[in-house]
Amino acid sequence: MAPHRKNRTGRRSPVVSAMLLLVGLLATGGSYALFTASASAETTAHVDNLIDEGQKLFQANCASCHGLAAQGTDAGPNLHGVGAAAVDFQVATGRMPMAASGPQAEEKPPQFTEEQVAALAAYVASLAPGPGIPDESLLTGNGDVTNGAELFRINCAMCHNVAGAGGALTEGKFAPDLKGVEPAHIYEAMVTGPQNMPVFNDLNLTPEDKADIISYLMFIDDKSNSPGIIDLGGLGPVSEGLFVWIFALGSIVGITVWLTAKSN
Amino acid sequence: MTVEATRTAADRDARITTEDEQAVPPGRGMRFTNWAANYVDERTSMSGFVREFGRKIFPNHWSFMLGEVALYSFIVILLSGTFLTFFFQASMTEVTYEGSYAPLKGLDMSAAYASTLDISFDIRGGLLMRQIHHWAALLFVASIGLHMLRVFFTGAFRKPREINWLIGFVLFVLAMGEGFTGYSLPDDLLSGNGLRIIDGMVKGFPIVGTWMSNLLFGGEFPGTSVVGMFYSLHILLLPAVLVAALGIHLVLMVVNKHTQFAGPGRTNDNVVGVPILPVFAAKAGGFFFIIFGVLALIAATVTINPIWAYGPYDPSPVSAGTQPDWYIGFADGALRLVPPGWEFELFGFTLSLNILAPVLVIVVFLVLVAFYPFIEGWITGDQREHHMAQRPRNAPRRTAIGAAGVTFYAVMWAAASSDLIATHFKLAIEGVTHAIQLLLILGPIIAFVLAHRICIGLQKKDREIVLHGYESARIVRLPGGEYIEVHEPLSEYERWKLIDFDDYQPLMLRPNDRGRIPVMQRVRAGLSRWFFEDRISPVTNTELEAAKHGGHH
Ligand code: HEC
Ligand code: HEC
Repeated sequence: MAPHRKNRTGRRSPVVSAMLLLVGLLATGGSYALFTASASAETTAHVDNLIDEGQKLFQANCASCHGLAAQGTDAGPNLHGVGAAAVDFQVATGRMPMAASGPQAEEKPPQFTEEQVAALAAYVASLAPGPGIPDESLLTGNGDVTNGAELFRINCAMCHNVAGAGGALTEGKFAPDLKGVEPAHIYEAMVTGPQNMPVFNDLNLTPEDKADIISYLMFIDDKSNSPGIIDLGGLGPVSEGLFVWIFALGSIVGITVWLTAKSN
Repeated sequence: MTVEATRTAADRDARITTEDEQAVPPGRGMRFTNWAANYVDERTSMSGFVREFGRKIFPNHWSFMLGEVALYSFIVILLSGTFLTFFFQASMTEVTYEGSYAPLKGLDMSAAYASTLDISFDIRGGLLMRQIHHWAALLFVASIGLHMLRVFFTGAFRKPREINWLIGFVLFVLAMGEGFTGYSLPDDLLSGNGLRIIDGMVKGFPIVGTWMSNLLFGGEFPGTSVVGMFYSLHILLLPAVLVAALGIHLVLMVVNKHTQFAGPGRTNDNVVGVPILPVFAAKAGGFFFIIFGVLALIAATVTINPIWAYGPYDPSPVSAGTQPDWYIGFADGALRLVPPGWEFELFGFTLSLNILAPVLVIVVFLVLVAFYPFIEGWITGDQREHHMAQRPRNAPRRTAIGAAGVTFYAVMWAAASSDLIATHFKLAIEGVTHAIQLLLILGPIIAFVLAHRICIGLQKKDREIVLHGYESARIVRLPGGEYIEVHEPLSEYERWKLIDFDDYQPLMLRPNDRGRIPVMQRVRAGLSRWFFEDRISPVTNTELEAAKHGGHH
């Protein structure tokens, strides 16, 4: 069994990976019931251990805001039914545990190891069914980039900008730049709709559509696919305008000063 | 080699004294040249023109080269644009993209967008040419802007050059028009969003708005005709008008001759510098290639307008962070700064003040810029011809007005990137917008006061230096125990630069032939007094003599 995030390897034992996947499958419920039923009693025990560990971690780190049983408090929402996907997204991108109260929980270096994230996810997923960790096959980047690009323009560009450079929302909130986001987190963001982002469920965008969007984002992330050397941050005409005034006109004015100084 | 052309009121022909006029017996090549020149002249009488034009004198100051930068970037635009017309298809017919950019393959799009993609990915040198064209366009408008600022702040628009200022302004507007139509041609999502804004603005006009929009887009937005129409404007009509206006601009520049900064040997009746032929022409040719080179270097390394990342235009998706090219930014910013709710219902019609107000502000601003020379001329009542460029400090009120205008423009411009300011400095967009709204009103006032103060301060300093010399930072103790700082006197050369400037008097109120003072005259005199109050007059000779003999302290 492969770990669910292909570009971080070597730190997790195959057993844990297997369990992680199981947890995800458990959480998505329904269609995966067949698999979970055939799982051996031994792994179930491991899952229980994982959930226990997750519960401990949760009570130590998250309960102050989300309540001891994740039922929610004034400082944080109820987490019943948000699923393993929400926890993996929020904790593995460092958004949770939330630091200072700001307009929006911001990304920061993650505070937990992957095992701990898996445990937290398992715990929250065990409370109520919710979206699970996406299947590896959806994160390969081999989808249909044309379809992905089209879907991205229609569904995401109004907040994240067509080139994925990010954009401002109201009251200091913002849709982040999508460069370098892990495929799994892109998927999870779509299914859980963190904060001001809408949820894109499987009726809105099928898992294949999501895989296509991920493929497109991976395509534009790869610098070798974009012609040109310097792209000015993909910010469009504003950075181009600043560039022309500061560097182009600046250097030319420098040249004129030099030319007229020489001839005297 | 520096040459001086004299201008006298009676005979404005350039009289030139070159240092290296020698008599050399003509060689073989020379004889042919002479024959050819003669041949052409006998048939065209060009020699008169060449004499007049070729002996035009260019003063040597860096700020006088900004107009040239604009001219050369325009030539680069013409050359690269010609290349682009070979491959661009100005049509909104649907085609299926089969080119080499993967994320768009198999997608239906307009022929315009598909051909722009082909230029970018599948035509040799196409992307470079596209980027040269676009960068040159940005540089073109930017250098026009800087050139206008130079002319404004040195008072080079004063009589007899008011009309040429106006023509220059027309060139500026045409350049913006060229830029905007060009920006819309690729029919990508970004430019389509821009057109959508224009559509909204047009529709905001009472009564005629909807009809005008229908006319522009050939029916309901986006229609299928706008790219073709903009293309005709972009490559035919606007460039033709632009070249014509440019021609007049340059001819008037020759007729009026250049201004120059004060200096020894420079007067209001001459121009000191190099003549077009041969020195300036050679330098200019070299300078053209420098500009071309800088543009090519930038275009080869820095991506501009990556339309492939934006996708084909489709009215449903709207992207965050949609901005126009920089020179349209001020208009976009003005729209963004309108407070919410400026839309009223009047007798069943919607009055869109949220569009009309910013449009009005922009139009008034542009009209003031266009007619500033006439306005200032009226206020000062100055009928003299001016051929000396002023130092900005010597016209404090104008400099202050200019600073206020620049600030006003810059604030609107910044407003166009309010969302990027918000995300990049981690601010709330509402806060940014409110701050910019405030700045739009306070900024120009602050700039005005500050610039005026600074000018007066600098003028006072100049006066001090002329009268008492530089402070040499050498402290000397006199036998009596007193300490003094030694002042270094100025050289004649330096002094000339500081004292040679025009002095103005406010207009006097005089009753007209019916013995009355009309209201308009009062307003004018009031404005004139305001314009010239706090004047620092140039140092006079008597003052200078007095300072010389008055001992050194
Ligand atoms: C300082 C308070 C605080 C702490 C500590 C905290 N959270 Fe949160 N959490 C929040 C708030 C507030 C939100 C809601 C954010 C929003 O949607 O704007 C949130 C949202 C979430 C969500 C997303 C819920 C959804 O609807 O998708 C998850 C999952 C989550 N937290 C998990 C955790 C976990 C796991 C921890 C412990 C590692 C944790 N949080 C610690 C305050 C906190
Ligand atoms: C209404 C605006 C909105 C739309 C539409 C939207 N997003 Fe988001 N997105 C956000 C916001 C706001 C966040 C930040 C959430 C946070 O920080 O918790 C976000 C976060 C993300 C992240 C996490 C980025 C990171 O740096 O970790 C990804 C990935 C993402 N969005 C992808 C998408 C995709 C793909 C779509 C289209 C299917 C989409 N979003 C549509 C607003 C939006």
